[in-house]
Amino acid sequence: MGSARGLTPLPPEREAALSGLYARATAAARRRTLAGLAIVAVLTVLAGLIAEVRPLVFAENIGKFTAYIYQILPPIGLEHPLEDVRAWYWGLPKWLGLLGETILMAYLGTLLGGLAGFALSFVAAANLVRSRWLRIGAKRLLEVCRTVPEVVFALIFVIAFGLGPMVGVLAIAIHTTGALGKLFSEVVENIDLRPVEGLSASGASWVQTVRFAVLPQVLSNFASYALLRFEINVRGAGVMGFVGAGGIGQEFLVAIRNFYYADVSAILVLIILTVFCIDLATERVRHRLIGPEPH
Amino acid sequence: MSARPEALRAAARADLDRLRARYPAQFRIDWAARARLAGLLGLLLGLAALGYWRLDFSMARIFHGLGRLGSFAVLMLPPSPEGQFWTFLHALGETLGIAFLGTLAAAILAFPVAFLAARNVVPNPFAHFAVRRGLDVMRSVDVLIWALIWINVVGLGPFAGALAIACSDFGALGKLFSEAIETCDRKPGEGVVASGGSSLHRIRFGLIPAVLPVLASQVLYFFESNTRSATIIGIVGAGGIGQYLTELIRVLELKQVAFLVLMILVTVAAIDWVSTRLRRGLIGPAAR
Repeated sequence: MGSARGLTPLPPEREAALSGLYARATAAARRRTLAGLAIVAVLTVLAGLIAEVRPLVFAENIGKFTAYIYQILPPIGLEHPLEDVRAWYWGLPKWLGLLGETILMAYLGTLLGGLAGFALSFVAAANLVRSRWLRIGAKRLLEVCRTVPEVVFALIFVIAFGLGPMVGVLAIAIHTTGALGKLFSEVVENIDLRPVEGLSASGASWVQTVRFAVLPQVLSNFASYALLRFEINVRGAGVMGFVGAGGIGQEFLVAIRNFYYADVSAILVLIILTVFCIDLATERVRHRLIGPEPH
Repeated sequence: MSARPEALRAAARADLDRLRARYPAQFRIDWAARARLAGLLGLLLGLAALGYWRLDFSMARIFHGLGRLGSFAVLMLPPSPEGQFWTFLHALGETLGIAFLGTLAAAILAFPVAFLAARNVVPNPFAHFAVRRGLDVMRSVDVLIWALIWINVVGLGPFAGALAIACSDFGALGKLFSEAIETCDRKPGEGVVASGGSSLHRIRFGLIPAVLPVLASQVLYFFESNTRSATIIGIVGAGGIGQYLTELIRVLELKQVAFLVLMILVTVAAIDWVSTRLRRGLIGPAAR
């Protein structure tokens, strides 16, 4: 590097001394990195053994993946492309209805879960609740709701409530309660208490204090987190149908299990487009709510 | 602290009319804002009502189901593996293996691609637009759908699960990585170029040291969340503890189900704890 573009190289003895210093300074960091890499390598081998990774099978069958992608490509010819597209999307009205159902499931689940999380977040916030046990209880409850995946709730609820989108909504709502309750309570714990004092000093009642001092501080963050969750829930609602809990998932599972190749790609494209549009829309609104800052 | 505000409040109350007269702007009602708020609330409620009607909600069903859930809760006690402890433990290990391999593969794939998607490395707007949209497509397909696709390729089993997680996280990590690279300070890179480094040197010595801790912390965070998603991937037959969970729920072996859920909760909590520690070590106490 030393002799590049008109830079005078250092005298050799000086360079040797400097690079010796550099090597010594980086040796410790290098050893740490190597140790970390060794640990990761050992874990990888272990995980590979447990997860039955078969590189040979993979190499043998990777052709199948491209073949599968090729098979699900829509059969659109050059002679009459419009008719082909129409044939590809033969089930469009039904699929759009199911897609609408999926989005409604995500919406209702987010709304119900958001309301429950809103209520619980105030109980779980350290600066508002004095009782330690109540707070810890609320936190653990939220943790359980958050850790058990929504599909597991859906599996249990399908048996209790019967098949249908209502089950999907309830499962999403419970998971959302856990996820949003945690984020909400963190927001509540970080509010500035001065506006609260100021309002109560200028004659406001408790309700007015909450309305004008607490809500304005937390509402934009709450709305932004709820929108982010809505986006995630649309994705989650798309697969609720795999366990019989409504939405477009059921139709997709049938298509993929019965090798209706064109239907697989048609529904997949619809799902991807929907998620895309909702992503973009919520990102716009969130940026307006909290300013252009990621997450 | 309570005496002074009380006195101030009383004074403000007594003086309210004159305050209103003195600061009309502060007391004026903003009808336009209220109409917007009412419209928004109406929209939210209207959509909720539409959902309630379209998704066949009924209070009777909910109450009936709640009763059954109550009886399930009784059946869950006490949680016990009923002699299958080692099977479950192996399945849990498989789940962790799936999450680990999937996250690692996703991170390794996403690392080079993220540089292509970063505006400050590849200045060509078309290139990074295309890479970004590609990542978005990978990301918007759910893990379970990826699992179904990979099962067609490598057969049933945990390997398909690991590949599924790798695919969907490749998109998510690629996006996050490229955002981290874009927000990076450009001065070290300029310094490297000024002292004669090539653009590869700029990336190696000016960008990577700055972004690596952030990326590593994001990968750890994804590993955490992937242990959760790896528990459900067995539902479609892609290995891990989800397989047992599904079957046992279907046949209402609820004691074993409760035991499995407890195992998952403990494992996830343990991994959360370890990875929070590691992330603190990587990027300082700011990590949550």
